[in-house]
Amino acid sequence: MLDCGLDMTSTLNFLPLPLVQSPRLSNLPGWSLKDGNAFLDKELKECSGHVFVDSVPEFCLPETELIDLSTVDVILISNYHCMMALPYITEHTGFTGTVYATEPTVQIGRLLMEELVNFIERVPKAQSASLWKNKDIQRLLPSPLKDAVEVSTWRRCYTMQEVNSALSKIQLVGYSQKIELFGAVQVTPLSSGYALGSSNWIIQSHYEKVSYVSGSSLLTTHPQPMDQASLKNSDVLVLTGLTQIPTANPDGMVGEFCSNLALTVRNGGNVLVPCYPSGVIYDLLECLYQYIDSAGLSNIPFYFISPVANSSLEFSQIFAEWLCHNKQTKVYLPEPPFPHAELIQTNKLKHYPSLHGDFSSDFRQPCVVFTGHPSLRFGDVVHFMELWGKSSLNTVIFTEPDFSYLEALAPYQPLAMKCIYCPIDTRLNFIQVSKLLKEVQPLHVVCPEQYTQPPPAQSHRMDLMIDCQPPAMSYRRAEVLALPFKRRYEKIEIMPELADSLVPMEIKPGISLATVSAVLHTKDNKHVLQPPPRPTQPTGGKKRKRASDDIPDCKVLKPLLSGSIPVEQFVQALEKHGFSDIKVEDTAKGHIVLLQEAETLIQIEEDSTHIICDNDEMLRVRLRDLVLKFLQKF
Amino acid sequence: MDPECSQLLPALCSVLADPRQPVADDTCLEKLLDWFKTITEAGSSLLLLQENPCLLGLLCHVLKPQDLSPRVLAFSLRLAGMLAAQEDCFQYLQGELLPRLFGEAGPLGGAAWTAPSVRSGWIQGLRSLARHPSALCFLADCGAVDTIFSLQGDSSLFVASAAGQLLVHILGLSLQGAAEGHPGLQTGDWPVCAQKIVSHIEESLRSAATPQITQALNVLTTTFGHCHNPWTQVLWVRLSPLVACLLEKDPVPAAHSLVDLLLSVARSSVLSSSSCGLWETLAQTLSHLSPTQAGPLALGILKLQECPQALRAQAFAVLLQPLTCVLEATAQAPGLLDSLDGTGGASVTVDTLLPSKAACVGLLCRTLAHLELLQPLPQRPSPWPQAPLLGATVTILRLCSGLATPTSDAGGHLCAFLVGCVRVQRAALDFLGTLSQGTGPRELVTRVFAVLLEYLTSPDSSPTVLKKAFQATFRWLQSSPETPGCSDLDPHAQLFLRELLPVLPKRLCSPCWEVRDSGLEFLTQMIGHWGGQAGFRRALLASEVPELTEQLLRDPESYVRASAVAAMGQLSSQGLRVTPASPEHPGGRQKSLLAELLRILSTDSEGFPRRAVMHVFTQWLRDGHADVAGDTERFVARVLQVASQDLDWEVRAQGLELALVFLEQTLGRPSSHCPYAVTPPVAAPPSPLAQALRPLCRVQLFEFAFRALFDCDRPVAQKSCDLLLFLRAQTASYSGPQGSGSVPEVASVEAALQRWQAGDQGQPLGYLEPEVVVAVLRSMDLEGLRGVLAESSDRVEKSPQSLLQDMLATVGALGEDEADCY
Repeated sequence: MLDCGLDMTSTLNFLPLPLVQSPRLSNLPGWSLKDGNAFLDKELKECSGHVFVDSVPEFCLPETELIDLSTVDVILISNYHCMMALPYITEHTGFTGTVYATEPTVQIGRLLMEELVNFIERVPKAQSASLWKNKDIQRLLPSPLKDAVEVSTWRRCYTMQEVNSALSKIQLVGYSQKIELFGAVQVTPLSSGYALGSSNWIIQSHYEKVSYVSGSSLLTTHPQPMDQASLKNSDVLVLTGLTQIPTANPDGMVGEFCSNLALTVRNGGNVLVPCYPSGVIYDLLECLYQYIDSAGLSNIPFYFISPVANSSLEFSQIFAEWLCHNKQTKVYLPEPPFPHAELIQTNKLKHYPSLHGDFSSDFRQPCVVFTGHPSLRFGDVVHFMELWGKSSLNTVIFTEPDFSYLEALAPYQPLAMKCIYCPIDTRLNFIQVSKLLKEVQPLHVVCPEQYTQPPPAQSHRMDLMIDCQPPAMSYRRAEVLALPFKRRYEKIEIMPELADSLVPMEIKPGISLATVSAVLHTKDNKHVLQPPPRPTQPTGGKKRKRASDDIPDCKVLKPLLSGSIPVEQFVQALEKHGFSDIKVEDTAKGHIVLLQEAETLIQIEEDSTHIICDNDEMLRVRLRDLVLKFLQKF
Repeated sequence: MDPECSQLLPALCSVLADPRQPVADDTCLEKLLDWFKTITEAGSSLLLLQENPCLLGLLCHVLKPQDLSPRVLAFSLRLAGMLAAQEDCFQYLQGELLPRLFGEAGPLGGAAWTAPSVRSGWIQGLRSLARHPSALCFLADCGAVDTIFSLQGDSSLFVASAAGQLLVHILGLSLQGAAEGHPGLQTGDWPVCAQKIVSHIEESLRSAATPQITQALNVLTTTFGHCHNPWTQVLWVRLSPLVACLLEKDPVPAAHSLVDLLLSVARSSVLSSSSCGLWETLAQTLSHLSPTQAGPLALGILKLQECPQALRAQAFAVLLQPLTCVLEATAQAPGLLDSLDGTGGASVTVDTLLPSKAACVGLLCRTLAHLELLQPLPQRPSPWPQAPLLGATVTILRLCSGLATPTSDAGGHLCAFLVGCVRVQRAALDFLGTLSQGTGPRELVTRVFAVLLEYLTSPDSSPTVLKKAFQATFRWLQSSPETPGCSDLDPHAQLFLRELLPVLPKRLCSPCWEVRDSGLEFLTQMIGHWGGQAGFRRALLASEVPELTEQLLRDPESYVRASAVAAMGQLSSQGLRVTPASPEHPGGRQKSLLAELLRILSTDSEGFPRRAVMHVFTQWLRDGHADVAGDTERFVARVLQVASQDLDWEVRAQGLELALVFLEQTLGRPSSHCPYAVTPPVAAPPSPLAQALRPLCRVQLFEFAFRALFDCDRPVAQKSCDLLLFLRAQTASYSGPQGSGSVPEVASVEAALQRWQAGDQGQPLGYLEPEVVVAVLRSMDLEGLRGVLAESSDRVEKSPQSLLQDMLATVGALGEDEADCY
């Protein structure tokens, strides 16, 4: 199984979970059907024309009906965003396999899960809505609730215990490490340049190679650069995890982010940045480190609020081997690879596990707050949205591309604060993909259907689709695709003592052949040629019969033949040996030598020779020996 | 040649002739040749040889088989050619030396010929030598022309190019006498040498090998470009059918060279005025070449002063083809440009004209650049299709930014090619800026402003694109009509400005310094142009721009600080700086800008902001800015004091500019056109002048100027010298104490100045009385100083004597170690 991400957009259908009681949210009117029937008004609330489920947010799990997940042997994880559904799979499906991921992926993935669990568990909500999920009722609801798919499979968030159990099933791997899977294939993670520890995977046998390219980036940010060279010579390249916002250039967005931040703060407003606790935030902090002096923002406090803020900032500094070259060299100076260490040291950046406690005493405005969750449905961000939403001086800047910012903002309407959408998605865009594919030249590309056509809203943008030759094979949800290659060869090892006994004979310059008599031993998809058992010596004694003695004796093999028969010389040889009245006919495949007198036919073809004579074994043997003279034996 | 050099020359010649000696570098040999050129141009080469037999010795010596450095051999060949340029000297050398140097017995057949420098020296030597008819015979006798033919294809581009030029030169020389007198002379009657060259060109033009055709075309291009004698017409008549034959090949070989040739012919007054089928050939070429190749030809044709109208129309249609394609592909006003399409043929589609991204981008960039060049020319096509061009440019910009929504497949392809293409964006914005010189329909102008605003707003605009967008915006705002009756911007431009000004703060806050810098430059231009207009002032003051600009005075990037200084200077001059409303601090913050600029001048670690401050201060002083006018003397004194200690010479020079403005304001403007010209004394009463000088003394202007006079940077010293000369002329009528020795203070000042000149500038002069200043000025040899300063600082090192000494010193031939080191 390649990755197991969690679709969190389902949470956008739910009301935010406020950290402190919000009179506005608790006083939202219940929703009733057009006919006035209000049986759903406890479960559904209405806010500025949108309807939300008033319940603990639920998540949309990976497809479980198509495949029995208990039969999955291995899960390969590409990056920490693509493992958020892991506890659902390892703990509730009978999964008994192994999960492979790099160390930073596991550590930061744990932080993301921990934050998620914490955000949801710290504001327990008694109510759990389920009535609206009834199919008959759901179709009566307004969009987007009406169009939500598989709502019956939506689940509440997992627990920390499940997280720990899931993570314990992960086996850590390093870049370029070769992991043997049941002898059948070898898998290797490669740096994908997107996030700390993010990987692409190569799955290969001796003769076939499949590359799985997930979230990858060619931009120079903090992680180790993408390893492109190892993707070459792939039979199939499975491509996914491209940028979600192909029209937004990350550099331009960072510029936009900084400018809007500076303008807001200068006017005395506060800036709220809903974000994940790891990833782009490191780059943003680095940009701000360089920017704040030039923008005259040195005195503005930056707050990073997350249950895992401290761990995230500290983890980032210790994964030196997973960082880009520049940051790695800093470690040897020794300096912290990320400049946010200096921001913390100079008190420009402060981090808190939550807005309770120290934060409330240190809090000073105007300020910039980085906090989660980017869906605006849970976490400390909900509080800041409620707190700052009423003033037009304040700005919320969306940098994470996973959620539609308009949908995220829907339960906060009417909103006075400014909203800026600066999605920073460093993953590959279509131009970069084209270059990558030209460079790597896989025989086939397999990708989601969405990548093979322009986005529906911009149908004229032919540049926003994959352009490769041969055209990419696309797949859609729940479609089963046969990868376009057949396994034709297997590699067989030969034991040294057997190899020693071989006597190769050169049949062409550079090509030697040898006959092998051996036993093919196959175990765990490995094939080994072992020396054949020695013929049983007549012992005459009363020794016990051994198991190997059961193997039948090998017959003495006839020599193998090679070479071709030159017809003219062969005819001359026949004449020399007393055959006359010889006629040669050319056929499509070779020649027929007709010995009319002897009523015999010799068919000479590229890979076979037939002597057809009527019950004259002596003649056949004579002719055979003549034929054999022209061939090599070994 | 001066005796010192004559003495050194034999030693140098023996060093050059000695293969064991390390040879001086090429630069020295080039300088030596320059020197010989000066001598031979001024006098007799023969005399030079006779007076310096060592030169002949060197030339003879290099012929001996030995392991001589190629650069010395090349030098000798060039020297020999230079000397033989004079016919008497040629005769003197012709007997044995020249054939051995340039003939087959010379380096031509030897191992040294493999060095490109030797081959180049051989060509250049012959190029110098071929000045007289005797030289032509020599060239014919020694078989040089054939060698030159082969050198046209030399592996060294320099050699190949020089060989081509030499052929042109020989052709011109051989026809100088023969054909000039008989313009009707046909090529068959031309001198043998000329005929040989023409035959060679013909043969090359008939060749199937493109390099040979290119060589022939290049020779012809140079010929027609440089020589406008009547024989060139005869030559063209003979060769033009062969040139026309090239057009029948597919693809046309050496198309770029062919275009160059045809344009060269068309520019030739002799050829373009005659009816030798030139225009037909040009028309034929335009239709045969690919769009990429035809573009430069079309531009060349349109730039011609005289040209048939039909050909111009055809050329313009070719030039416009890519833009027509864009308009058609995006289904915008199809056929707008049809009227210009002189060919009347089938319209070219995007698929054929712009088939791939590289071709599309290249062709559009070139087309836009060509049109940009054409637009301001008086001979540009008329009527100029301003509206379609505007439409096409706006469309291209919209395609580049992904804004356009083409409905056709062709448009979709174009969009895919152009989206995010910075090269095309830059070219289109440049052209759009140029188009602001003309007018356009209101609806189109609105579209122009809309697309400009889009670019200025878009986060995806790269810094260079943004800069171009700012420049184009300024040009369009400049060209927008003013409201009748008042000098304010027209309502549309004002509307645009209202939308633009909120964008500017974001740009001024950009993390990219280039963007902040472009934003500030744009702002400075805008204030300079519309700072006095009410609408603009209101919009600007309502925005955050003035405050942000002030904050950028402390930007970490020096270029941005410099631009912020300029912008703040403008804002303050126009009274657009935000001042606190508090009545307790009237003008308090205004003062603080002066203090802030003084702080930058005295503490900024980079030169650019300090220079910008000096420019602003000079302008403020010139304009009588309120902060300055209050206490001008104090202001000038402080600025001069800080500027005098600046390490950047441009700041000090600008300080002198400021001093001059103050001087003019104090003493009155100089009457002549040149502010530094020494004018005859103006009759003025003595006492007012002394009074007038007193403020100059108080601000210590003289101390500043005297220090600058002995400045280690020559431009500062020159400027100061001019200023003091102007001042002395102004004070010539002053009837104070005569003679510098009469006042003891004068002597002490003079002594101090002498110490300053010697490099000890520690001691200040202190306050000087006007009388002392006048006396000191009179006693100083300012004219002499100006003469010395006018000479270049390396005049000593540049002398031939120094050159010869240097070259000898390099090899230790002087027997001492005191080589000039610089």
